[in-house]
Amino acid sequence: MSNQATTLFDKVWDAHVVRKIADGPDVLFIDRHFIHEVTSPVAFLGLEQRGIGVLYPERTFATADHNTPTINQHLPVQDPLSAIQLKALETNSAKYGISHWGLNNPKNGIVHVVGPENGITLPGMSIVCGDSHTSTHGAFGAIAFGIGTSEVEMVLSSQCIMQPKPKKMRISVNGQLQKGVVPKDVVLYIISQLTAAGATGYFVEFAGDVFENMTMEGRMTVCNMSIEMGARGGMVAPDETTFNYIQGREKAPKDEAWDKALAYWKTLKTDADASFDKEYQFNAADIEPMITYGTNPGMGIGISQSIPTAESIGSGQASFDKSMAYMGFQQGEAMMGKKVDYVFVGSCTNGRIEDFRAFASVVKGRKKADHVTAWIVPGSHIVEAQIREEGIYDILTEAGFQLRQPGCSACLAMNDDKIPAGKYAVSTSNRNFEGRQGPGARTLLASPLVAAAAAVTGVVTDPRELLV
Amino acid sequence: MAYDKFTVLQSSAVPLPIENVDTDQIIPARFLKATERKGFGDNLFRDWRYNNDDSPKQDFVLNNPIYSGKILVAGKNFGSGSSREHAAWAIYDYGFRCVISSFFADIFKGNSLNIGILPVTVSAEFLDKIFKAIEADPKTEIKVDLPEQKVTIVATGEQESFDINGYKKHNMMNGFDDIDYLQSAKEDIKAFAAQSLY
Ligand code: SF4
Repeated sequence: MSNQATTLFDKVWDAHVVRKIADGPDVLFIDRHFIHEVTSPVAFLGLEQRGIGVLYPERTFATADHNTPTINQHLPVQDPLSAIQLKALETNSAKYGISHWGLNNPKNGIVHVVGPENGITLPGMSIVCGDSHTSTHGAFGAIAFGIGTSEVEMVLSSQCIMQPKPKKMRISVNGQLQKGVVPKDVVLYIISQLTAAGATGYFVEFAGDVFENMTMEGRMTVCNMSIEMGARGGMVAPDETTFNYIQGREKAPKDEAWDKALAYWKTLKTDADASFDKEYQFNAADIEPMITYGTNPGMGIGISQSIPTAESIGSGQASFDKSMAYMGFQQGEAMMGKKVDYVFVGSCTNGRIEDFRAFASVVKGRKKADHVTAWIVPGSHIVEAQIREEGIYDILTEAGFQLRQPGCSACLAMNDDKIPAGKYAVSTSNRNFEGRQGPGARTLLASPLVAAAAAVTGVVTDPRELLV
Repeated sequence: MAYDKFTVLQSSAVPLPIENVDTDQIIPARFLKATERKGFGDNLFRDWRYNNDDSPKQDFVLNNPIYSGKILVAGKNFGSGSSREHAAWAIYDYGFRCVISSFFADIFKGNSLNIGILPVTVSAEFLDKIFKAIEADPKTEIKVDLPEQKVTIVATGEQESFDINGYKKHNMMNGFDDIDYLQSAKEDIKAFAAQSLY
């Protein structure tokens, strides 16, 4: 045993290395594998063409989310191609003995919402899925990251993938967050400071009292967006908050298995003198409610600020101009007061119960602005049930909002929920790329509080003005 | 999925001097609905390449007949965003075998190597030289030599080395993929799984 100080990331990574290849990647064992309808069909096809099977079907979980409609889920899916993918997921899962939560299954929902809420995601695990926001699961102190379809095929056939070990970065945020500043603002702020490529090649650990004091939902929002600064994933050391969240969930360990797991989980933290390849430190008090103005998630500012110049954010002028032309904005303009056509609350970033509580806290006693179309989409059926149980549904309805059924919805313009060309949408999702929410759609990423303020006023509004 | 071996590629190149080209631009989500790995090249850069009525946008580089070749040269941070391997399939299916940039997003880079596209990272200065060379002569040829790990602007002889790990290089040169390797490691994997906590 060496007694060298190590990081949380090293501990979890090293515990999963089956083999090291000289001048090559590590063979990494994968504890949990999530699949969905879009990135898995070709992987199953590959297995068939090679004549190989699924090695450990019990370690893979399937859920349908990207293509699914968010109304009338009891009816047959209208889009024929979507229907084929959904059917393929069901058939492939059945054929290989993989647990499958399809449409209308009470456990169905967005993959990164249902994994944690059912106790499938646990500290110290290695977790992959053919979806870049797999980084969400890092909130539990797991190494979790998105993979391509070839890698989905690798995991199905061998429960391993081949990965060079990333470098390590620690991002610490300390101090007290201002009122109205929520986890989404913290992560949008970090990305605006690092840029959309600032953490490429790194795995990030989020540390400091801001994250220690955050709920699991908040930590998931933050880790979810670590990919938006280019990082492979992000993680937070597991603590009492984590253990309390997990205990009693359906697939979480029970009794003796729980005690054994817990003892191990408590060892999962970065040693005091461990070193990182890169470190950043931010002050919580500097963070405002955030909003993006451009076409990558690094193009974000405090809501009271005006749009910066290409030079001040270190972007190439041509790319910046292209982005501004797409958005219909100009440098130097204020974001506040800009007209909003759509509001989208949902996605694996902000589709959990806390996000709807936050949204409701602002819209309560107010009315939806007439010209705003709002899509309020829970991340799972379990979240939907909570919304109803907690009376949030009534607050929403009274304010003129409708609740849709769970799914990825307007996050990626793959199902029926698309923002029309030229329209402005304040969205709680994670990407504001050109066309992400529909061809020509213009996305302003923000927190559920900022989304709520926009939904009731019809313009970009500082939610702090509406909070009592 | 087996792919063609990659050793030395000499070809003219298509320039895309835009930064942060994300995978939603490479292939928009609405085209990800196939259950097979064919035909994605038609929708490569769909919304930059075609108008809403499917007519080609004349000012987009893929619609400009003076540019062609098996090499795509792109601005920094190419392939950010979604993990969709479809982005790499679309590039391959369109006919590119190599992408040169000064910076690649991680997942895209991994996906490319897995399906037989060589991502070549060069310095910002060298990238600029390549763009200038193509601007001066759209037919200028670029030579990508994987065994030697060198990229050369043929006309001027200007050259730069690039990095790739030995394992991936061996795979690319032989058309092997990771699944072949992992199948051969099954016994070790089973032994590992047997002592796993989860
Ligand atoms: S909600 Fe959006 S980011 Fe999350 S899994 Fe679905 S499509 Fe991907």
